Amino acid sequence: MAPYDLASSLGPVAYALVFGAIGFGFGAALEMGGFGDTRKLAGQFYFKDMTVLKVMFTGIAVAAVLVAFASSFGLLDMSRVFVNPTYLWPGILGGLIMGVGFVIGGFCPGTSLVAASTLKIDGMVFLLGALLGVWLFGETVGSFQPFWLSSYMGRFTLPDWLGLPVGVTVLLVVVMALFLFWAGDLAQQHFGEGKPWNEVRRVPGRGTLAFAGALVAASLVLVGHGQPTPEAKFALLGPEVRRSVEERGIFVDPAEVVALRKDIGVKVVILDLRDETEFNLFHIGESRRISLSELDTPARLKALLDQPPSTVTFLVGNGEAAAFTAWKHLIAQGVPNLYVIDGGMNRWLERYPVDGCVAERVGATDGRDGQAWRFLYATGSSQPAAWPELPVSRSFRSPCAAPEGEAHAGANHAARSWPAYAYTKRVKLKSKAAVKGGCG
Amino acid sequence: MNTNQQPRPYVNPYVAGTLLGVVLFASIFVTGGGLGASAAMSRVQTGVLDLFAPGHVDRVAYFAEMAGGTRNPWAHYAIYMLVGTILGGFVSGLVNRRVKLETRKGPRISVPARLGFALLGGAIMGYGARMARGCTSGQALSGGAVLSVGSWAFALAIFASAYAVAWFFRRLWN
Repeated sequence: MAPYDLASSLGPVAYALVFGAIGFGFGAALEMGGFGDTRKLAGQFYFKDMTVLKVMFTGIAVAAVLVAFASSFGLLDMSRVFVNPTYLWPGILGGLIMGVGFVIGGFCPGTSLVAASTLKIDGMVFLLGALLGVWLFGETVGSFQPFWLSSYMGRFTLPDWLGLPVGVTVLLVVVMALFLFWAGDLAQQHFGEGKPWNEVRRVPGRGTLAFAGALVAASLVLVGHGQPTPEAKFALLGPEVRRSVEERGIFVDPAEVVALRKDIGVKVVILDLRDETEFNLFHIGESRRISLSELDTPARLKALLDQPPSTVTFLVGNGEAAAFTAWKHLIAQGVPNLYVIDGGMNRWLERYPVDGCVAERVGATDGRDGQAWRFLYATGSSQPAAWPELPVSRSFRSPCAAPEGEAHAGANHAARSWPAYAYTKRVKLKSKAAVKGGCG
Repeated sequence: MNTNQQPRPYVNPYVAGTLLGVVLFASIFVTGGGLGASAAMSRVQTGVLDLFAPGHVDRVAYFAEMAGGTRNPWAHYAIYMLVGTILGGFVSGLVNRRVKLETRKGPRISVPARLGFALLGGAIMGYGARMARGCTSGQALSGGAVLSVGSWAFALAIFASAYAVAWFFRRLWN
């Protein structure tokens, strides 16, 4: 399923050619639209020539419809598409600065490339200026780094913000664009062509109306069809995902989890899917309890998606079934570096047992979702088994030992160490998107 | 370069826009990312700086990320796209007889003044584009198509600011 991982599937020359070809189409489209002529670009700010507005918002609307279509019909995995992360205030300030530069210089960076390529001297000079500006930014950004990194909202889309389905949002974008075109066209007839307001043509031509109708119809199809559910998306994922499940590549031995918890280069997050009672009886240190339905909320999902790239997330249940269901659900939505703890909490407690007077074994540890250990009281994460990566504290008193004073001193403090279990390494840290669009 | 022939007219804006949208979609579909120009400019600038002052590049975090140490700022998809964009613009201009060494400007301004303002405007644009982590193409166009909130806020800010100051610079263009 698209998009494709070009960096690993293509040689360096083919890789460069693909991007070159996309750039070629981009440059040609801009040139054909008239973006190489500074007067056309500047004209829009005086309502004389609304070409730029029309070309640009047509481009956005058409691409938005096509992207949503491809995603809706299972051709494009949106979770692997780069969505420009929102840094709200630096973005707005940058936009305000650029607006001034646009009016003074008469280009934006992309259009100046096209102007320069058709030998417009003003385009070349603008380009030189842009390089100067980019350099100045690099030299000065260090002095206002906190602002530049502020108001970070991660991957934040209009559907998330408005709480609307993707199809409805696309329809709104299309309707807004069409309204802009219509209003812009009226303004252009008046200010650009000098027609008095009462002679301005208010109904667009037949071709334009047909085009507008097609965009609206396509958006309505999107509203009707909707976006695929996580389950449907999982079914569409490639054979490599299915293979890694079959080869148990996603099930990580508790011993590897413990080893990673010791690794300062990796942030380990453990999400515990059991119910609250089971969680209170025993859980792994610093794990968080979360139910499958909670994982479904956009805020939770976003938090998982926005974790630093060195994060490995483990799902754990009593056995494997519940955790595997959650894994499928989240992996389909693009959560990176996500694994299931092999055999679940039951296997964990088999490897790192608690004392016999705290819990007793009542079931099998074969990966099924029942509780294999019955705890006599709630221990939370107070047992050494919750922190196998730590050297067992000398002060830990086994609750099974005789009370102080009755036995001779030191018997309670028997050193305990866990065996070094052999395991097959499963976790491979992967960073998310390789291609970040033009803003890289 | 066909200077004796009239340039062909520009295509209908909705046709050009649809073409632009299809190219943008193709980019997102195939590569997972949209179009852009300013990131590549930033790399060109850093690459040039690296030729003259590699030590400085290594010391400034913003530059070092692109060209610090043994990193090569040129071997990057944004650069390939930049080369393609220039070629695409040139070929389209050639076919449509619009490749001509000239300066485009408003009717009431001299060529040197136009070029001075182009340099100044370019510098402001370049600065703002890096502040906003992308230009009109990389943020407004590409981010707009994937419905990023920040990209839409950015696009609104550009147009709001440009319309707000346009009156003060009307002599440049009218």
